[in-house]
Amino acid sequence: MTTRIVELRRGILKKNDELAAGLRGRFGAAGVLVLNLVSSPGTGKTAFLEFTLRELRARGARVAALVGDLETDNDARRLAASGAPVRQINTHGICHLDAEMIDKHLAGWADLPGENGVALAGLDYLFIENVGNLVCPSSYDLGEKIRVALLSVTEGEDKPLKYPTLFNSADAAVITKMDIAEPCGFDRELALKNINEIRPGIRIFETSAKTGAGMEEWLGYLAEERIERQAKI
Amino acid sequence: MHELSIAASIVDAVTESAAAYPGARVKEVRLRVGALASVIEDSLQFCWGITTEGTPLEGSKLVVNILPVVMHCEACGQDGELRSLQSFRCPHCGEPVTDLRQGRELEIDSIEIDEVEEAV
Repeated sequence: MTTRIVELRRGILKKNDELAAGLRGRFGAAGVLVLNLVSSPGTGKTAFLEFTLRELRARGARVAALVGDLETDNDARRLAASGAPVRQINTHGICHLDAEMIDKHLAGWADLPGENGVALAGLDYLFIENVGNLVCPSSYDLGEKIRVALLSVTEGEDKPLKYPTLFNSADAAVITKMDIAEPCGFDRELALKNINEIRPGIRIFETSAKTGAGMEEWLGYLAEERIERQAKI
Repeated sequence: MHELSIAASIVDAVTESAAAYPGARVKEVRLRVGALASVIEDSLQFCWGITTEGTPLEGSKLVVNILPVVMHCEACGQDGELRSLQSFRCPHCGEPVTDLRQGRELEIDSIEIDEVEEAV
């Protein structure tokens, strides 16, 4: 018996990373801006996305969404009311979305009949609503261009400090439910400071999907990113 | 929370690599895990026994080397380790930092195997 040490130097999530790189290439070639929305359960990702989809469609943008949950298609039905094509991904117990799930759910979508069909090249924006979880989704690249971390005013201003891995990996941050900030005793300055402490210089949007506050700035940001994306193609 | 799927990915990757040494038993698996990789060592160790059962990795030891977050500061030009994950600031000059050079790794570094001697 001989003992041998074999150097592997191999990424544990190599398969996911390779698939995600492939997806990123496809999204780039199709000219679609892809965003991955991540937060705790109950932050208001779905309400925020409902507003976003509705407004973008009203402005003539072509949008679609993939939504991840452990069980039920409740969120997909809510989002579909905007008129945008939506697909539900049920992970059945898995706490995050991975690149394979995205790939699988994109495949064949283009062939679905009528309103349900969607071709990547015919889209301006594709939103991916991740499973509500602030830990695991940070490890899984989905091929997105922009990762958005959301935080509601009811969650506590120190959330970014408690989950630095996720907030540090985000490209933009959204504070939701600003309409109830005051009764919740939300310390806005502290929340902004904490987000900046973890991800210095990140764009932060203070929003309410109920009143529409801050949504204009968010939609403006999407349009800017979309133009930038097209300019690169 | 996702340590079970991480453990399964490690077992798959190691099994694939160990296939080059037929009949070999894996004694040890060494990982390099960045402090920002959101992997909890205790949970990973907890899953290890169950995940490796019935594979060439059964009975192997899992060694997790945690790597600190290393940043490069644009303000003062120096490299260094972050003092805390609650503050992404240069340990030398205190300026906010965005350029991270280490800390997100999630890799299998090496494995130690017992090779079966070939019959002469």
